[in-house]
Parts: sequence; structure tokens; C-alpha cells
Amino acid sequence: MPVIEIAGKQINVNEEGFLTKYDEWDEEIAKVLAKQIEVEMTDAHWNIIKFLREDFKKEGETATSRRVQTVGGVPVKEQFVLFPKKPAKKMAYIAGLPKPKGCV
Amino acid sequence: MLPFGVYKAEELVKKRDHFFPKNVEFIRAEIDKIVPESNHVFLTDGRVLEYDQLVIATGTSPRPDQTPGMDDPATWRKSVFDFFTLDGSVALRDALATRQGGRLVIHITEMPIKCPVAPLEFAFLADAFFEDRKIRDKVEIVYVTPLEGAFTKPVSSKHLGSMLEERKIRLEPDFVIEHIDPETKTLVSMDEREVPFDLLVTIPLNMGEDFIARSGMGNELNYVPVDKETFLSIKYPNVFALGDASDIPASKAGSVAHFAIELFTENFVDYIEGRSMKHRFDGHANCFIESGHGKGLLIDFNYTTEPLTGKFPIPFIGPLPLLKESRLNHMGKLAFRWIYWNMLIKGRRIPISTLMSMAGKRQTTSK
Repeated sequence: MPVIEIAGKQINVNEEGFLTKYDEWDEEIAKVLAKQIEVEMTDAHWNIIKFLREDFKKEGETATSRRVQTVGGVPVKEQFVLFPKKPAKKMAYIAGLPKPKGCV
Repeated sequence: MLPFGVYKAEELVKKRDHFFPKNVEFIRAEIDKIVPESNHVFLTDGRVLEYDQLVIATGTSPRPDQTPGMDDPATWRKSVFDFFTLDGSVALRDALATRQGGRLVIHITEMPIKCPVAPLEFAFLADAFFEDRKIRDKVEIVYVTPLEGAFTKPVSSKHLGSMLEERKIRLEPDFVIEHIDPETKTLVSMDEREVPFDLLVTIPLNMGEDFIARSGMGNELNYVPVDKETFLSIKYPNVFALGDASDIPASKAGSVAHFAIELFTENFVDYIEGRSMKHRFDGHANCFIESGHGKGLLIDFNYTTEPLTGKFPIPFIGPLPLLKESRLNHMGKLAFRWIYWNMLIKGRRIPISTLMSMAGKRQTTSK
């Protein structure tokens, strides 16, 4: 697994660039990750990212779009506006969490 | 295979009663709710059952009512069909039999679904079906999925994706449905993409039973959160959830339930005797995929290892090739119906290991 430098810190990522260590994430890193995928962070964005971080801590899994809607209170439609085209993947990427399981 | 006239409805249905051992009391009733704090199950007919240990195995159901416009009476089972129900499959068979052309859209609402390869299999069989009837050139087939590609894991997604391409089936990925417009017969996504159809075959959202929500025991899809290796409830020390009713990160497929339950019986005895549970489930799944014209594929995978190429069940010898079309895999699928009724459901062992094996598999990277 590669180690890359983000915001001056050494960070472990997987082959798709998702962070692999929960505790290596911080808001500075999130800002850099968001910029890479052309997401401009607003309060609404941070609100979801913080929910994902908290929820992962409790559940040990990345919340799906549905869970962000029912538990986090942000409708899927709005997730698409905030993180266009692939919200579930983009939210997880910025939050420094694994991609939500496709559930094979 | 029922919608394409291969199996008849009566070949797929049997009464449950005679599969139960004699010393098991089989109660057929609807559940109102469970009160796990006091170990009671309330039935809607007023009866109350008390338990020491509870095993929830109430499965998952397709819920077309959860997507606006999907079960609209003007189109439901007239131009919009499901195939994971017997009634839906029979109605679809009749609709396909008279089809002369137009736009067939195959659609998955959201994962997890009962068998993630079934809609792909349906696409392959539809292609072969229309080809046999010499009207393939009059039918456009579109495959609409919330996933990034044809399947969930990279190696198989690539293999199966190129099989769609070879068959001129268009892939519409990353499509999260918002509603179906029954008047214009159009699927509309959350990001306002539109896919029109003449005939829609959809896999509706799958959910666990509503009584699980009423009992406060489920997640957002009414699945009971459990330890993914032992199926013991995260919250209640005398409750297990088996098969599709649990939230384990695997598909709601029969093969997953089968492999999981093989380990569970021994674990359960150990658990109630106060010993530690020996077995740990690895998410093993093993699925045949019919690809049309008498051929099929076979995939074998678990929580951590994606479907790979190779040979099965005997490493390097097979006879069944993995992730590759062959006649033998098709024969395997046909034989499976007999194995299911005569061996699996009666708890007889089959010569396939419960935990997945890496022997005989080719490890390739996805790139």
C-alpha cells in the first residue's frame, strides 16, 4: 500500500487513493482531498463529512448514501448536489474512510 | 430461468411442512413485534411466545413501494416487472413471450439485492432469447445499475462488463433512482438523468421485515446488526440473525445463507452450552451465472477475496472453470436444482467446502 504526502504529512492510502488509517485524517487533509476531486467545501459538506467520521467510529463501516439520509438527515438528492455524480464514493474519500461496501 | 420458459412454476415451489424434523413445532403466524428486553415474541393473533434463545431468519423482500412510481397500477406488471417473486416472474414470462421489439431496460435499485449476478444473468439470457427468436436486432437492451460497473468487484466487473459489450447491451452505471414516471415510462435518477423504457425489469429495493423496525432491532433497511463471523446480535446476547435477515456485508444470496448456516449449527450448540464459538464465517459465496445458449459461468468469493479466474471445486483440475463461459457450468446450474431440494435443504453435506479456498485460483490485479 502506498504512502503519500498530503498537507505535509505522511499518509497511508490504498491503490485508489482512499486513506487506510482512520486516525491519520484531519480537516486539513480533507480540504486537500476535496480539492483533488473538485469539491468546494461548505458547511453542508462538512456536516456530512463529520457525520461519516462519527458514524464510522461507532459502526466500523462507512455509511451508505441511504444511511446518510435516514440517520444523518441529508436526502440522497442533496448528496448528489453537494458531491456530484458519485456522492457515496466522494464523501468517503474526503472523510478518509473506505469506500462503502458494494455488498456482493 | 422461469421468465424464459426453462423452468415451470410448479418445479420451483414445495410445501415447507415436510422439511421440518418431527420434533419441531412449526407455527405459521405473523409477527407483530419482538421485545428483546423481556425475551418475548408477540404474534398478531394475540399469542405471545417466550424464548431463551432467538434466531431471526425472516429474510428480505423486494419493496417496489419504496420507489415513487414503481408500483403504479397503470404500469406494474404490465410494463414494469420484478423477477424475484414467483408472480412477478410468471407475469414477466408472459410479457416476454409476446414481445416483438422495443427497449428493454434491466435495472437495479440499490444494493444489497438477493443475488447480485441475477440481473446480469437476466441480461445475458434476454439477449440469447431474442436472438433465438430472430428479433434481437429489433430489441435494444440497456443495463442500469447504481454500481460503477457491471459488478461490484474489479476483476469480475471487467469480465462481466465485456460480456455485456459483446452482446451489445448498453451499461448505464452510477444510476441512483429517484422515481419512475409511469406516464412517459422513464427512469429518473437523483442527478436528473433519464432512461426511457418499453419494458422494464427492475430489482426493487430489498428490505428486511417491518416487524424488525417495529421492534427497534434493525438498521435503516430493517436488517439486524450482527457480528459478521458468528451472526450473534451486536446488542442482544441471546439473539442471532441468520441468512438475509442480518446486516452482514454480503449479498442476500442463497449460497451465502447456506455456507453461513453450515457453521452456525455447531456454533449455536457451543454458545448455549457456554463454550466459545469455534467457527468464523468468511462470507463465502458461490454462484452460477447463466450466459445463454447453453453456457454458464461460475464465481467463488468471500468477504475479502473477489471472484477470480481458475478451476473449481478441485484446484487446477476443476472440472468447472471460474469466471469463464462453459457448457459444464450450465450443466452445473441445471444439476443444482436437484441438489437444492434433495441435499441442501435437508442439511446433507455437499462436497464443497464451507469456507472459501484460494487453491486453484489465479491472483491477478484489477489493473
